[in-house]
Amino acid sequence: MIGALVAGITGSATVPTSYESIATANAASGGSSYLEFTSIPSTYAHLQIRGMWLNSVAGTTLNIQFNGDTGANYKNHYIYGSGAAASAGVGGSTTTVQIGYKNSNTNTYPDAIVADILDYSNTNKYTTGRSLDGSDENGSGHVEMQSSLWLNTAAITSIKIFAGSGNISQYSNFALYGIKAA
Amino acid sequence: MAAGATYEPIATTTFAGGTASTTFSSIPATYTDLVMVSFLRAGSTSSSYVIRFNSDSGSNYSNTVLYGDGTSPGSNRYSSQTSAYLTYYGFPTTASTFGTIVTHFQNYSNSTANKSFLSRSQNSNSGTDYLAGLWRSTAAINSITIYAGDTFASGSVVTLYGIKAA
Repeated sequence: MIGALVAGITGSATVPTSYESIATANAASGGSSYLEFTSIPSTYAHLQIRGMWLNSVAGTTLNIQFNGDTGANYKNHYIYGSGAAASAGVGGSTTTVQIGYKNSNTNTYPDAIVADILDYSNTNKYTTGRSLDGSDENGSGHVEMQSSLWLNTAAITSIKIFAGSGNISQYSNFALYGIKAA
Repeated sequence: MAAGATYEPIATTTFAGGTASTTFSSIPATYTDLVMVSFLRAGSTSSSYVIRFNSDSGSNYSNTVLYGDGTSPGSNRYSSQTSAYLTYYGFPTTASTFGTIVTHFQNYSNSTANKSFLSRSQNSNSGTDYLAGLWRSTAAINSITIYAGDTFASGSVVTLYGIKAA
């Protein structure tokens, strides 16, 4: 039985049709240097990347680039919680968008990610995004929110995902979704 | 390339008042992620909101928290807990005032990694917060029990969604 053991009412909802799975990307058994979504259709209003990743290098970022652009065309801002203090600042990299971070060097604690790329196919303005990620490690860990800007008016057709150091470890997985407008 | 509609409601609970917990059971493993949307008011005292998976009451839960009360931000950590927080500020008791909490459970049915999840919430009487949670278990999540420190007031609603990937 799928349901709820409650003293209240169990209801139902309509099934939305505007949130669609586009593709998935899973790390290989020996890890992957990068994962990539290609041939992204321009038929959606927004994109969302959801995933969890593992990495055996401590203090490593998870980054994305659009359309193979490796230039200094990205900007990032963040607010970060270390478990002891909150901080905020400008992201260090101008060649990537940061969407994740791993504190430890173990493959035990996944970093969970939800990243939104807004109005990604509009060719009249630069592309903005935001992401949430976090990995508690039972004694260490972090939570973080980021905003990003890609200084390019091209429609996004591909997204490359890679770690700042080391490979994306086995069992890491990402899914790309498209959100339709009315 | 697209696989069609992928964001589906699994179950909804609407509280009538006086209930302190509820369980979403027999969650199918057919989705990639789960999202739980909570719209909550507390019965009498400002209330905590915590979660357990698969009826595990061991000290296998932990949180890292980022919060702001309108004056200054902060961050805390809670390790080796018997349940995990879904909100730092809890949810309000004020009449007609509900807190909203959206919780993401990534890859909840995998059996190879501990389970990480993210939760964002707001309590208009106190502040807003964002949490990372951990359940130290490689078991697939097949049930979720949520608990109020007090009770869930009448009109509180929690819906569990499943998201399918291609």
